[in-house]
Amino acid sequence: MTEINRESIWTKYIFSQDHKVIGLQYAFTALFFMLFGFALMMIMRWQLAYPGKPIPANGFIWVIGLLGVVITLIGLFRSKKNVITLSGIIFLFMAWIIIYLTSGEGRMPEGIMIPDFYNSLGAMHGTIMIFLGVVPLLVGGLGNYVLPLQIGAPDMAFPKINMVSYWSYFLGGITMLISFFVPGGAANSGWTSYPPLSDLATTGQTVWLFGMVLLITSSLLGSINFITTVIQLRTKGLTWMRLPFFVWAQFVTAFLLLLAFPPLEAAGVLQLMDRLVGTSFFLPSGLYVGTGPLPVSGGGSPLLWQHLFWFLAHPEVYVLILPAMGIVAEIIANNTRKPLWGYRSMVFATIFLGFMSFIVWAHHMFMTGMGTTMTAFFQTTTMIISIPSVIILSAFFISLWGGSIRFNTPMLFALGFLPMFGIGGLTGLPLGLASSDIHLHDTYYVIGHFHYVVAPGTIFALFAGIYYWFPKVTGKMMDELLGKIHFWGSMIFMNGIFLPMFIQGLAGISRRLYDGGESYLHAQDVLFWNEVMSYSAWGLGLMQTVFIINLALSLRNGKDAGSNPWKATTLEWSAASSPPIAHGNFDNVPEVYRPAYEYSVPEASTDFIPQNQKEVK
Amino acid sequence: MQIPYTVEPRPDTGLHNAKIGIWLFLASEVMLFGGLFSAYVLLRTGSIVWPEGSSILSVPIGTFNTMALIASSVTMVLSWAALKMNDLSKFKMYMFLTYFLGLVFLIVKVVFEYLPKFEHHLYPSESTFLAIYFTLTGLHALHVLGGVIVNIYFWGPGSKMWETEPERFTNRVEVAGLYWHFVDLVWIFLFPVLYLL
Amino acid sequence: MDNIESIQKHIRNYIMVFGALAILTVITVGASYLQVGVVSAIVIAVIIATVKGSLVASIFMHLLSEKKFVYILLGVTALLFLVLMFVTLFTVNDQVGIHVS
Repeated sequence: MTEINRESIWTKYIFSQDHKVIGLQYAFTALFFMLFGFALMMIMRWQLAYPGKPIPANGFIWVIGLLGVVITLIGLFRSKKNVITLSGIIFLFMAWIIIYLTSGEGRMPEGIMIPDFYNSLGAMHGTIMIFLGVVPLLVGGLGNYVLPLQIGAPDMAFPKINMVSYWSYFLGGITMLISFFVPGGAANSGWTSYPPLSDLATTGQTVWLFGMVLLITSSLLGSINFITTVIQLRTKGLTWMRLPFFVWAQFVTAFLLLLAFPPLEAAGVLQLMDRLVGTSFFLPSGLYVGTGPLPVSGGGSPLLWQHLFWFLAHPEVYVLILPAMGIVAEIIANNTRKPLWGYRSMVFATIFLGFMSFIVWAHHMFMTGMGTTMTAFFQTTTMIISIPSVIILSAFFISLWGGSIRFNTPMLFALGFLPMFGIGGLTGLPLGLASSDIHLHDTYYVIGHFHYVVAPGTIFALFAGIYYWFPKVTGKMMDELLGKIHFWGSMIFMNGIFLPMFIQGLAGISRRLYDGGESYLHAQDVLFWNEVMSYSAWGLGLMQTVFIINLALSLRNGKDAGSNPWKATTLEWSAASSPPIAHGNFDNVPEVYRPAYEYSVPEASTDFIPQNQKEVK
Repeated sequence: MQIPYTVEPRPDTGLHNAKIGIWLFLASEVMLFGGLFSAYVLLRTGSIVWPEGSSILSVPIGTFNTMALIASSVTMVLSWAALKMNDLSKFKMYMFLTYFLGLVFLIVKVVFEYLPKFEHHLYPSESTFLAIYFTLTGLHALHVLGGVIVNIYFWGPGSKMWETEPERFTNRVEVAGLYWHFVDLVWIFLFPVLYLL
Repeated sequence: MDNIESIQKHIRNYIMVFGALAILTVITVGASYLQVGVVSAIVIAVIIATVKGSLVASIFMHLLSEKKFVYILLGVTALLFLVLMFVTLFTVNDQVGIHVS
């Protein structure tokens, strides 16, 4: 028996053990990190569009700063909601950091970016978006809040561990932010931190490694919680094949995190040893740096890092996409008013995908000199792993057929996800085939490919999830008009940013070039796309202010939602809107009698039957 | 608000929550040490010369430490068995022996292995063998230390739970035991790989 | 597992396993003095360690009487551990260009 009794502001809100509070903490923190990570890219895109030119009076910084002032004032004087005031203050803090970053020696003296700083921005953009933004929002935020509700549980299996996992994430995030302020600046060896470069990089890399240890700890604790919760705390009648697909997706994702992260933690320890103790785990013999041989023992292997890194980082990309598919599944079933087509196939495809994701990693290493046997092995497994993805995507498309589609904002984002993920997936094929990868590896084509999957892919699914579950969390609806503007604007600008990358990549422009390819002859014909992409990026940023304003306004003035505004079947909708904190989620523990998507059942009087409703009425 | 199955097992899985939690954690630890072992394999196969473990490390000291850790594994499971037989004082005796042997392991390692190495300037930076030796045994030692701290807690202030919730306390000791046995298991592989090959 | 006799039987097993582990430790040290090639030495050492590890796992950690979920979890983990060990090794051995013999 685990009773939670006397509450103070510390135990109720800050060190809460309630999965809903923790989920909101994760979501809130992650959204800010996503904005910050995006801001870093918007700064980079100035350099790419106009290499070597001084950045103008930081237009969008004033946007963020202004947002900050306005929101803080709203929070303090109009709405008196602490979360709005806190948001405003964080916006101001973010604006200050960005002003710091876009000026000063070692970064942008006279507003002109130096190459090392471009590299820092690139490495930190990737790190922050993946580890501080998308995954914490997807798994820590939406997963934590929704999953226990969807299985009819009072909370996660280990509430204290849940709390520790959030604060570990928070500390990891602060560590990553601090790295910008140490001598030499933040890590600048790519989010992939390949040695020998990362072994020899400035202090920021060490801080990055410590940050990663904290983030990996958070992830491991979280995955233990998710798996145990799904196995043990499913309510009566909720058998495995009655689970919402969102739960299956989170369940498999948790296994990926559990088993794939530790080798990266091991690698991180080894790199820390190299950097702090002088070992040569990743430093080969006879390495010359600058003027002379490196005074280390040598005998190490840079490829060792790559293997351990990609052993995590490949399953990591499935961590990025699976919960997103889970969200899309819920929203499509709900807004077509019919069951998901091929639920069983989707479940087995997801499990198969989870297994396969562990044996494809070296398709990131086709250019490292592997022989034909192992190259063929990884090429084959990579081709095979596309099958379950196609099964899931096809099931989504077929689910639309014959549906009574409601085009609300969550559904628009879910529908937008489908072709965008399709493009992302298809463009992955020439990368997974070793021969074409020779031409495309480390070019902008790769950047285009993975951004299509994560940005108009996963992030659209995230937006869909936020618009969909906002009424459950707050009891209010978000504004539909602002939502539609947000969707269409984001859709257009996302494609404006990432479609030209395929063109540039095919032309041969390498990634991670601080001048965007300007100094290369083969890039001249396609250089103009840099300006197009940059303006699209800034446009996308502007569009997100619509979303932020929608969030703030709806929190204050949103239409009352009731407990089931979308008329959905899954269990979270039979809990009260804004379920009580630390007092269990349901007035009566629900019992499940039917599968997850009983929409448009012929004999029923309504077009949906909740899972916990026994009779067909 | 109560979380179900924290003490009593769930009927269809036959497990209580913490049992699943600890096995999941141990699975992740297998992958952690697996990453380091695969580093060892890659570094050794990629090297032109690799010293025999016994030429650098002391096999007698390693053997002694191995026996100490194995003994502590026995005392750990005996401490849990004592609780199953409702014998708190026997539990305390065996638990004390367990963490005492753990501390012996650590002290021998630091005083008779690490420090003498440093005195002879045999630092991790000297060679990849020493680097992987210190990293593998060092990370393992940190895990031993963590286990020792948890065991001291259960021997000391944590044992108060026996008076109010004996079954829950017994489960906690079992779960701590699983962790402790795993740490022993890792050493069972580490010892021959580093010292004898 | 709740009556005194069955627990005492288990305790006897624990002591016997301790004896076996002690003997196997001596054997593994003794085996290291055998003059065999590196590969054979590795195989012998790993086999003995696996036997010892299996005893700890099955008796001390009660794996012999564990539930299905734990078996599946450990099976998957073992598989991935082997992938991490051997597939990386094959990749390096399959390397084109410079070979270290």
